[in-house]
Amino acid sequence: MQLALGPVQYYWPRGDIQQFYAQMLTTPLDIIYLGEVVCGKRHQLRAADWLQLARELAALSDKQIVLSTLTLLESNADLNWVRKICDNGQLLVEANDMSAVQLLSEAGLAFVCGPAINIYNQHALAQMMSLGMVRWTVPVEMSARQLGEVLAACDRKPEVEVFAYGHMPLAYSARCFTARHLGLDKDSCGYRCIEFPAGLPLASQEEQALFLINGIQTMSAEPVNLLHHYAEMQELGVDILRLSPQWQDMARVVSAFDGARRGEPCREDLEKGVDGYWRAQPGLELIARSRG
Amino acid sequence: MDNGADAVYIGFNDETNARNFSGLNFNDKNALRALERIRSRGRKLFVAINTYAQPRSFSRWQAAVDRAAGFNADAVILADIGLMGYAAEKYPAMPLHLSVQASATSVSALEFYRRQFHIRRAVLPRVLSLKQVQQLAAGTQVELEVFGFGSLCIMAEGRCHLSSYVTGESPNLNGVCSPAQAVEWRDGAQGLETRLNGVLIDRFAEGENAGYPTLCKGRFIVEGRRHHALEEPTSLNSMALLPELRAAGIRAIKLEGRQRSPAYVAQVVRTWRDAIDEVLRRGGDFSIEERWRATLAKNSEGKQTTLGAYDRPWQ
Repeated sequence: MQLALGPVQYYWPRGDIQQFYAQMLTTPLDIIYLGEVVCGKRHQLRAADWLQLARELAALSDKQIVLSTLTLLESNADLNWVRKICDNGQLLVEANDMSAVQLLSEAGLAFVCGPAINIYNQHALAQMMSLGMVRWTVPVEMSARQLGEVLAACDRKPEVEVFAYGHMPLAYSARCFTARHLGLDKDSCGYRCIEFPAGLPLASQEEQALFLINGIQTMSAEPVNLLHHYAEMQELGVDILRLSPQWQDMARVVSAFDGARRGEPCREDLEKGVDGYWRAQPGLELIARSRG
Repeated sequence: MDNGADAVYIGFNDETNARNFSGLNFNDKNALRALERIRSRGRKLFVAINTYAQPRSFSRWQAAVDRAAGFNADAVILADIGLMGYAAEKYPAMPLHLSVQASATSVSALEFYRRQFHIRRAVLPRVLSLKQVQQLAAGTQVELEVFGFGSLCIMAEGRCHLSSYVTGESPNLNGVCSPAQAVEWRDGAQGLETRLNGVLIDRFAEGENAGYPTLCKGRFIVEGRRHHALEEPTSLNSMALLPELRAAGIRAIKLEGRQRSPAYVAQVVRTWRDAIDEVLRRGGDFSIEERWRATLAKNSEGKQTTLGAYDRPWQ
């Protein structure tokens, strides 16, 4: 199976972004997705900057470079951003909203569907493939069983990508929760989500870690981690594993998954996280210790 | 209908609709009776089949579309593109409405559904400001319907997995948010507690109003501070915007009724009928009457209402 780096969900300073991708080029990743997917106000890198960075990465390596679009569009400015990405003229695009699907299919371009596009069954999958979808990133809440049912019922199968590691995007809102927490209006947010490069933890009053606040996005507090399900994913026909960027130790995550595909025993240092969704349980269920 | 609704939404009693709670929905016999009553009054019946079809039981969703077409519903409200493809091909004359669960927020997204499935109307998500609603209305050929009054979903509909993450039941696939069987009310040492699948949503002191527990309206700890980190218990009320919505060409106002008591529905619908009639008579000279405000406040979550995302500062 191929390893893909998902788009960065957080707001990181420009220099850190550049350094991060320079480092990722040295890892055994096969595919790199990049672009702003959460908030159209973020401006450390605007659409043109992402395009330039993506082209540089494509020139520097033989990894597949894919541009990702915004997930929740809230203005004409957001739509223009998406249009610029779709019109890039060179690189494959990951659509994260039907706006991008419309623009890409109208232009006759092949595209990837990101995890926030609701494709849950074989008929939706076939519709999307008829419009040009070549790769399907499975919604984070789908189980192995459901994925198997879709694939068994397909006449023609796209490349299948699973969100295999990282904090899962769970919700998108008009409201910026980072701004709300800081007592700011969204219009004068000061772009302060940049102060939380790994998100802002939200816990219950009993200190149970529940979510991460990331601007208008809410993520799972625990990372999903499907490393122990490597063999099962392969048997099901999964082609690509998506690893979602985190502020620290990303190279270690890539290396652990690369180890799995080279048949090395599971690494002790990458044991934590949740895998409930994959097992058709609530998403927050911790990895079952009884393996196999 | 008795209080002035132009159209009524129903769902069938299974997971094909996004309000899959026991006692709320219709079997075939009840749906037919409802249809006869509605038709005799010259009103319209819309059938919501607005969850995403599960792979193994796709035929159940197809059957729901067949049933709605069979009794000649005035429209079906869909979100799943697989199901929309089926409905558009098999019943080309049956009007399709795009459910709020499809979360279409741009002219491009609306155009996608219009081109592919010939949707006639779209219900807009509750994440857009008034200005954004106006821009969409000016830029699309699709009729638009917006939320007037009811629960305030603060997350883009169809794109929220909070409840699914905690309970395993998915709004998208099972049609329930905060499913009743996962909800618990418990007297604890620190007051009344509400839980969802064991997760503490809130604790209430004596005299505090304890609402139905949903993850987006709980009190949580962020950086050591306990607060409603996402949203407070409140209802959405866009009545103050009626003149602007009308001027923008919005075709329908949606009032939440399907998880509410008959008394609630009667009061809220009557109030909005009166307000809409007043706007139609007086145009921009409209102001909200005190008794309308009082009725809506009484029927609100936490006894308070908000303009929600329509109003930019809320965001």
